[in-house]
Amino acid sequence: MNRVVNGVVNEVAYRMITLTCLLLLSLTVNAECLVRGTGDLGIVVERAAGSLKVLDTTAHKVLFRVEGLGDLSHASAVYSRDGRYAYLFGRDGGLTKVDILCGNIVQRLVQGGNSIGGAISQDGKLVAVSNYDPGGVKIFRADDLSLVSDIPATPFTEDRRSKTVGLVDAPGNRFAVSLYDTEESWIIDMNDPANPEIQRFTDIGRLPYDALITPDGRYYITGLFGQDGLSLLDLWHPEKGPRTILENYGKGQEKLPVYKMPHLEGWAIAGNRAFLPAVGRHEVLVVRQGTWKILDQIPVHGQPVFVMARPDGRQIWVNFAFPNNDTIQVIDTETLEITKTLKPGGGTLHMEFTPRGEEVWISVRDKDEVQVYDTQNLELIHRLPADKPSGIFFSARAHHTGL
Amino acid sequence: MTRILPSLLAALMCWTTNAASEAPIPPQRQAEIIYLLKHDCGSCHGMRLEGGLGPALTPDRFQLWSTQVLALTILTGRPGTPMPPWRPFLSEREALWLAGQLKQGIRP
Repeated sequence: MNRVVNGVVNEVAYRMITLTCLLLLSLTVNAECLVRGTGDLGIVVERAAGSLKVLDTTAHKVLFRVEGLGDLSHASAVYSRDGRYAYLFGRDGGLTKVDILCGNIVQRLVQGGNSIGGAISQDGKLVAVSNYDPGGVKIFRADDLSLVSDIPATPFTEDRRSKTVGLVDAPGNRFAVSLYDTEESWIIDMNDPANPEIQRFTDIGRLPYDALITPDGRYYITGLFGQDGLSLLDLWHPEKGPRTILENYGKGQEKLPVYKMPHLEGWAIAGNRAFLPAVGRHEVLVVRQGTWKILDQIPVHGQPVFVMARPDGRQIWVNFAFPNNDTIQVIDTETLEITKTLKPGGGTLHMEFTPRGEEVWISVRDKDEVQVYDTQNLELIHRLPADKPSGIFFSARAHHTGL
Repeated sequence: MTRILPSLLAALMCWTTNAASEAPIPPQRQAEIIYLLKHDCGSCHGMRLEGGLGPALTPDRFQLWSTQVLALTILTGRPGTPMPPWRPFLSEREALWLAGQLKQGIRP
């Protein structure tokens, strides 16, 4: 009898020791959180593996790898205003809050069936996600990811609602978004989070597929796949409604097939000129901001995907759609000449400048690496391994409208 | 769909009839095509082919599509939508093979 009691006591003690060990172990894991600022940190998405790596851009080092993030095709991220948390938006509707100082997932939920990115509000309190299916926008509290508002998009058939695209944050604690199937732009005012106020603009143009907000937060510009031109909404004067700009560009010319839709988010503004990817043409367009007239068309290596300005506006870096996605070209914004053509490798998908622009970090999918270039001498200075890397997002985005 | 059907049917009539009966696609090339499917088709259709700006490429969706029509859609694209023609990068034989894979269901 005693032996049996002893056995039970021993087992209980054994279990408690195991439990304590496990507890200690988990505490040790948490204790590995870094005590440092995040201003020089960032993440790179490893889209095929459903993971990300936390990058230190000063030490050129990988700090953490975070796994279990779901389907990250076309994933993007925004940052909390303190630069500690990255909110990652996955294709499978996953919304994941990652602590980049601890290298772990704080919270993760699958909020929709099929998503295309998101935004964080001006005050940092709300995270909005743009969904293809079911079409609409969902808005969550940034701290605990609890649902604040579910805004369904306009239906376009009996049982289907429009896909939403080009979701961005706008000054005044607003979000702007466009509707692909029903050709609308919406401004969502979140000043009273429980009662979002929505301003709807219809007939903005054929097949709006992506949008951007200018860095000053004034203009919301939607790319149109189904026609020439872009739709522009002046957020200082929304009462004037959207208007089409650059509508005569390319009229009557045969467009090339587009194997990768150009991204507008990285629309480069240098001084009072904007540099943007032409759709279906091997050109970068130079446009005067304000009048929205084309100043120049720069012939480039392929169809541009991202056209990004070095933060000082002195250079434009361009990558290209399949089958030309092994190349980067650097354009001098003064002479509008291509100063260098780089060949990082197949699947050169994304680039991100360090906040003051001395380096650019580039994802090279087919080589499974991130390459770091010095933007002064345009030389490759470093490589870091990454599994099929795609988007790179540095924490400095925390402090920019529209990023 | 209805507006592109006539052009698809017309193209079908010009289709070289014995394309499918030619030699099989070498494994190396099959791997390249699946890589293309995952990463380049995947940019619109999702890397898991569950859809994105473009529709899902799952077998349930293709029940009413013949392999030929599916292959032709891959090669010629769908006018009026962002779907481009992939003819510059795939032969007819390769498109038929890929269409067969998609109809069977494939997770690249």
